[in-house]
Amino acid sequence: MNRILISIAIMAVTTYLIRMLPMVLCRKKIENQFIQSFLYYVPYAVLAAMTFPDIFTSTRSLASASAGCLAALWLAYKKRGLLIVAIGAVITVYLAEWLIGI
Amino acid sequence: MEKRNEFISGLKDGLPICLGYISVSFAFGMLARQSGMPIWTAVLMSMSNVTSAGQFAGLTLILNQGTYLELAMTTLIINLRYSLMSLSLSQKIGEHITTGKRAAISFGVTDEIFAVSMQRREKLTPAYFAGVILIPYLGWAAGTFLGAYASNMMSPALSSALGIAIYGMFLAIIIPPCESMKSIRYVLIIAIALSLAFRFLPFLNQITSGWVIIIVTITASALAALRYPISQEEAHE
Repeated sequence: MNRILISIAIMAVTTYLIRMLPMVLCRKKIENQFIQSFLYYVPYAVLAAMTFPDIFTSTRSLASASAGCLAALWLAYKKRGLLIVAIGAVITVYLAEWLIGI
Repeated sequence: MEKRNEFISGLKDGLPICLGYISVSFAFGMLARQSGMPIWTAVLMSMSNVTSAGQFAGLTLILNQGTYLELAMTTLIINLRYSLMSLSLSQKIGEHITTGKRAAISFGVTDEIFAVSMQRREKLTPAYFAGVILIPYLGWAAGTFLGAYASNMMSPALSSALGIAIYGMFLAIIIPPCESMKSIRYVLIIAIALSLAFRFLPFLNQITSGWVIIIVTITASALAALRYPISQEEAHE
């Protein structure tokens, strides 16, 4: 239990400092184009690294996870919202597992 | 009176964000509960962190017995983008806003709150921020509680299916800009290739998941920044 609380505290303090320091300390714009560009790409890099390959082990079977992943990719490509893509993937996994009889 | 109007228009802007947050935090609460975390610790994490990707990554690390250093570094890297948002916001709120108020506003800088408040034409005031942060914050906390609470009565089939939900949300964020932006495609291909390499190649697969995310993110973002530097306007979108 202590480990969980210490972990939560570390995450909270780190996250707060990231948000607070620039707003309190810096009142000038970042002019460095490399840093601007780097920060711009970070969310995409981090989400891609977190999604692959973990998405394929996120359900009870590789087959159902693959089906869900394809459904999510298609819905996301069609520019559906976050909620629709997530629900579409969930329903696809549910149906796939029912079809292959897990 | 003016402050009151500012607060109310903040509340109005915060409402759609709140609806989106309830569903995402519901998934987080459910995952935390299924992983064996007590409900109140999941709610505490949501109320003290207020990040989506950061909390999911942190939860994964806690479960995988990651070290505190890994946890701090992963949180830092995943949430680093907030510092650029805080920076942009700091220039829009005016220099007369006190340090104390800046410190309070910065607690609520999320992707969505940042995006909505930057679109506002009027000057951003602390009263407006109080409104636009309050409603999504409450939704984030309530959704976590409901998700953690409801997962107690979840069937194995349903919880297996829901396991893919967060990855679906991630794909919904990273895939749409691919079509029009070569640079985003480049980032994604490098990040995915590296992530797979760290999972399956000998030696590389000895490195724990927290460091893998950090190494992959820094490498892919830096390569993209070198090859496709962005213009000033894009940086503040």
